Amino acid sequence: MAQKKAKITERKQEVLKGLKAFGTSVYNQLDQGVFPSVNMPSRSTENITYDERLRQYILGEKIVGRSTRNIRHIKPFTQLAWVALFSNELTSQRKTSTLRDVYYSAQAYEMTFSDQQESNNIITDLETLTGFAREDFNIFPEERSAIFGDLDVAYTVPGYEGKSVNLTSHPDGVLIGPAITSSEFLKTSANKIIAIEKGALFTRFIEESVHSKHKSLLISCGGQAPRQTRSFIRRLHDELNLPVFILTDGDPWGMHIAQVIISGSANAAHLRDLNTPDAVWSGVWASDIIEYKLPTDPLDEVDIKRLYELQKDPRYQNDPIWQREIKTFLKIRRKTELEAFSRYGLTYIVDKYLPTKLEAVPDVAAGPDKKKK
Amino acid sequence: MSQATFEEMSVSDFFYRNRDIAGLTNPSRSIFVAIREVVENSLDAAESQKIPPDVYVRLSFEAEATKETQIYKLRVQDNGCGIQPQFIPSAFGQVLYGSKYKLKQARGTFGLGGKMAVLYGQITTHKPVLVTSSTGQEKIYSFKLMIDIQRNKPIILDRKVITNKDNWRGTVIEFTLEGDYLRAMPKIIEYFKQTALVNPYANITFVDPKGRLYKFTRATSVMPDPPTETLPHPYGVDVELLQRLIQVTTCTNMSTFLRQHFHRVGEITAQKFLDFAGLPVSKNPKKLSHEEIVKLMQNLKRYKDFLPPDASCLSPLGEELLKAGVMKELNPEYLVVHQRKPSTYAGHPFIVEMAIAYGGGVPKTGNFVIYRFANKIPLLYDEASDVAYKVISAMTWRRYKVTPDMPIAILIHVCSTKVPYKTVGKEFISDRIEVRKEEANAIREVSRQLSHFLTRQEHVHMEKKRLSIFNKYLPRIAEFSTTLSGQTKRPDIDKLLKSVQKYGTEES
Repeated sequence: MAQKKAKITERKQEVLKGLKAFGTSVYNQLDQGVFPSVNMPSRSTENITYDERLRQYILGEKIVGRSTRNIRHIKPFTQLAWVALFSNELTSQRKTSTLRDVYYSAQAYEMTFSDQQESNNIITDLETLTGFAREDFNIFPEERSAIFGDLDVAYTVPGYEGKSVNLTSHPDGVLIGPAITSSEFLKTSANKIIAIEKGALFTRFIEESVHSKHKSLLISCGGQAPRQTRSFIRRLHDELNLPVFILTDGDPWGMHIAQVIISGSANAAHLRDLNTPDAVWSGVWASDIIEYKLPTDPLDEVDIKRLYELQKDPRYQNDPIWQREIKTFLKIRRKTELEAFSRYGLTYIVDKYLPTKLEAVPDVAAGPDKKKK
Repeated sequence: MSQATFEEMSVSDFFYRNRDIAGLTNPSRSIFVAIREVVENSLDAAESQKIPPDVYVRLSFEAEATKETQIYKLRVQDNGCGIQPQFIPSAFGQVLYGSKYKLKQARGTFGLGGKMAVLYGQITTHKPVLVTSSTGQEKIYSFKLMIDIQRNKPIILDRKVITNKDNWRGTVIEFTLEGDYLRAMPKIIEYFKQTALVNPYANITFVDPKGRLYKFTRATSVMPDPPTETLPHPYGVDVELLQRLIQVTTCTNMSTFLRQHFHRVGEITAQKFLDFAGLPVSKNPKKLSHEEIVKLMQNLKRYKDFLPPDASCLSPLGEELLKAGVMKELNPEYLVVHQRKPSTYAGHPFIVEMAIAYGGGVPKTGNFVIYRFANKIPLLYDEASDVAYKVISAMTWRRYKVTPDMPIAILIHVCSTKVPYKTVGKEFISDRIEVRKEEANAIREVSRQLSHFLTRQEHVHMEKKRLSIFNKYLPRIAEFSTTLSGQTKRPDIDKLLKSVQKYGTEES
C-alpha cells in the first residue's frame, strides 16, 4: 500500500517537473532574447494512427511548432503558458478545477478565452506537450459517472488523507470524481467489473444486488464514459487484476461506447492509459436481439451510416465479434435497448441474461487477445 | 382663307419667351441661375487678366412679391478687367452680344447668361440695371440701363462719369429680381462653396438677405494661365465655316490656306492631307466648287492623322490648384488629383481633371459625394443625367477596395472651348463617347492611387495591431514563465519588443 501511495505522489512530482520544464524552457528562451517556441506532436487527423500493439490510437511523427514570433501563435502560446501556470498551482496546492472553471479563472488573469472550446483546446495542447492528462493537472470535466461495489479505498485528497470508505456505503453509488480517482485501492471481494451504459440499469443492478450475486464492481458510464472514468476503469483493471465487462444498448452507438472504453478515442490519441484493451463488450449484441427475441426499433439512416463507418474503423478489425455484429445489425436492420429485457420481467436481465453473458463472453473475446499476448 | 402673318422676333424676345431653356424655370431656380451667371462673368473678367478675383455678392430683400416670392436686389462687385465705356450698354443690354465668341475656354459661352439674368430682373421687377465699371484708367463710368426686348437694344436711362482717384478697376452690377431665396438657399451656398473649391485663388464673399456672411478666402494667389485664342481644328469645321474662311482668305493655294486657317496644320500635315483628299497643293481655295468644298469638309473629318488640338486655348485648373482647392474646402485625409492629356470631341479640345478625396472633412453619406465642374462652373442639378455619374456608376469599385459607405468625394472638371452641355441651362454634360472615355480613364487613375493608399493604410493599421499584440502578450509570457520556472527575476524582453518594432517598420 505504501508503495501505491508513493506511486501517486511520484506521478504528481513528475507532473510538476514537466510543467516546470516547460516554464524554464520559455524563460530561458526569453532571457536569451529569443522568441520562445515549443514543439509538440500534431493532433491533425492525418497524424493519428491506430497502433495494433498498444491497441489504441496514437500520434504519428508529425510535429507542430508554436512560436511567439508568429502573430497567430502568440495568443495561444500565452494561453498555454497561463494554463501551465494555473495547472502548476492546482497540482502543487492539491486543488481541483473543472474545464469550465479554467475558462472563468483565466478572466481573473486578464487571459480571456473567446469561448470554452478555445480553453479546452489549450488544455489539450498542454496535455500533448507534457504527455500528462488534464486529470493529472487536477482539471476535470463536468460529467460525472458512478461506481458501486465492495471496494475499500483510502483518500489522498487534502483533508481526507488516509480516511477510507467502502464503495457500497451509498445506495446511489459513489461519484467517480477526483477524490475517488486519486484514492488508493485497499481491499475488494469483487472478481469482475461491469460497466453499464445507462444510469437506470446501474440502479436496477444495485437493487438486484448484482454486486454481491456476481461479485462485481458496478460502474455507470452515463453514456459515453468520461475520460477520468475510462482511466479509472483502467486502474481498477490493472491494479486489482479484474476483468471488465461492458453492457450497452444494442445499437451502433452503444457498441461504440464499449469500443472507446476498450480502444480509446482519436481525440485522446496524445494520451496513454485511458483505455482498457482487455475489456469485453458483453452486449447487447445484434445477435442477442435474435436469440432473445427482444423488442426492437428499426435502424434509421444515421444508424446505418454509422455502422458503415464503424465497419471501416481500425478499432473494429482486431476482434471478429465486431465485424460479425455489425453485419448482423445491417442484416436485421433493427436495434434495441438494455431496458428491452423488461418484457421478460424486471429481473430477467440480472437472473438470466447476465450470467449467460458473463460466462460466454470471455471465451469469445479472450481468444484473439490471448494469442496476441 | 386666312392670312398667315410673319413677324421677326428679336433674340431677346425669343429668350424672353423661352427663358426656361436658360434655366430660369421657377423663382428658386431663377435666383440661383441669376447669381451664378453674374458671378461667373466676374470671375471670367478677373481671370482673363490673371488677376486673383475678389468677388463680392450681396443679395438684399426689397419687398414681398407674391405669397412665395420676394423682390431682391442683387449686387455683384468684382476686381476684373472692367469694361470700356462704349461697350457697357451692349454688354448688359443686348442679348448675344459679348466677348466670348472666340475659340477659347470661358465660363460662359453664349454671351447669354449675364444678360438673361438682367433680362429676367427687368421682366419681373420693371427696374433698370445699374452698371459701374472702370478698366483702371482715370474715369469710372456708371450706366442705368434697360433692355428694349423687342428690338434687342439697350436703352440708356442715365450715364455718369466720375474721376477714378484710387485707380479702381472692376465692375459693379446691381439690379432687382424676383425669386424665392429661402428655397434656393442650399443650392446657392453649395454653389459658392464649390466655386471656392475650384477657384482656390479667388476671394468670394456672399451676404445673404438675412445678413449672414459667407466668406471663402483664397488659399493661393497662383493663377492658371489664361487661355489663348485658337484657330478651328480641322475635325470641327462645317461647310458654312469653310465657305466663310474661303471668302476672307488671302491665300492662293491649298497648303497655305490649310496652314493659316486651321489649328495644328503644318506644311507636312497639309501636304499629306491634300494627297489623301486628292487635291493639288497649288489649287486656289477661292476656285473650289461647292461640291469640292463639301468633299473637303468630309475629308477633313475623315483624315486620321491631324494632330490633336493643343490645350493652349484651354485653361484647366492644373493638379496643384485642384489640390489646393480641395484641401481648402474639404480638408480630406487623403487626396489624389489627376489631369488627363488634352483630347477632342468633334474638333473641340477638352481636358478632364479628376480628384478623389478620402476621409478627413469628406462627409460619410452612404454614397460618393460627386462634385461636377465644367469650365470651373459647379454643376448642381441633374447629377444622375451627367456622363460622370454614369462613369462612376459603371466602375467596379470592389477592385479598388472602395465601398460607397466610405467617406469619398469625387471631383470632375471638364474644360473645353465648347463644353458638351445637354441644355443651355448648363446643368449636366452629355454622354459623348470621347468625354466618357477620358473621364473613365481619369477616375481609374485616381482610384488606383486611392486603392494603393487604402492598402497602405490597411497595412499600417495591421502593423499597429501586430505590434500591439506583441506588446500585449510577450510581457504576460515573461510573467507566467518566471513564476512557472521558479525564477525571481523577469527576463528582459525589451530587446524582443524592439526587434518586432524594427521588423515592423521594415515591413510597412
